[in-house]
Amino acid sequence: MQSETKARVDQLTSPAGHNVTALRFEGDIASTSKDAVLGSYQALPKDTAKLVLLDFTKVDYINSSGIALVIQMLIEAANSGQKVYAFGLSPHFTKVFTMVGITKYAGLFPTQADALAAL
Amino acid sequence: MSNVKSTSVEVRLPSQLGYEKVAMSTAAAVAKLMGFREDRVEDLKTAVAEACINAIEHGNKLNDDLSVGVVLSTGANALEVKVIDDGQGLKTLPPRPDIDKKIHGEEDPRGMGMFLIQALVDEAEWVKGSNGKSSYVRLVIRLDVNANAD
Repeated sequence: MQSETKARVDQLTSPAGHNVTALRFEGDIASTSKDAVLGSYQALPKDTAKLVLLDFTKVDYINSSGIALVIQMLIEAANSGQKVYAFGLSPHFTKVFTMVGITKYAGLFPTQADALAAL
Repeated sequence: MSNVKSTSVEVRLPSQLGYEKVAMSTAAAVAKLMGFREDRVEDLKTAVAEACINAIEHGNKLNDDLSVGVVLSTGANALEVKVIDDGQGLKTLPPRPDIDKKIHGEEDPRGMGMFLIQALVDEAEWVKGSNGKSSYVRLVIRLDVNANAD
């Protein structure tokens, strides 16, 4: 019943010249999304992917289990010395991420351009 | 909603994750008919989804033989949603999640559903059913008459 989560990796360069690894998600982010969310993150090389940018532009539904997966990613990123940012959340999910405190550990931006400009 | 007769809508969901989206869509449709603003509809959708997920996972323990009842009752200025399962109900409400504790491994990364429910609707109460069955969570979201008049 839940739509499959897809994840794609893109390599970007910020205007300041930093290498940024974008994880682009599509579909629902729920309990069934572990492989797509955590699996795709864990497959990134920790030594080079120091700036990770999550793209939620094509995500319509995130539930508390999906938020828990994002938090697990933030835990691993903190332990690996990576910084995580996100963009493309709807106003509602921006509010939800702020309410649960994710913004303390992952900067949220409206668009990819806004995020890259800040990195 | 003042010109819409009070009524109720009922949905019965299988105890399978994902079907909470049926309740979300139904709740959103009813809330839109009542004139709720889009941001409040989104709040309601998340609260209803989380209530249904709890009912499916913890109340009915993913038992295919059990279903989750969702009853939406419209009032003059409020929408009440009851999500009913066959569990024994909550003994105590969990503490408010702490992101710092989660990041530092001192708290389970999960366990935010009830916090979101409480934060996103105007009223939320968990009621234990008699004989250990038919427990429910009751959510109320109120129309902001002044904001809707703008």
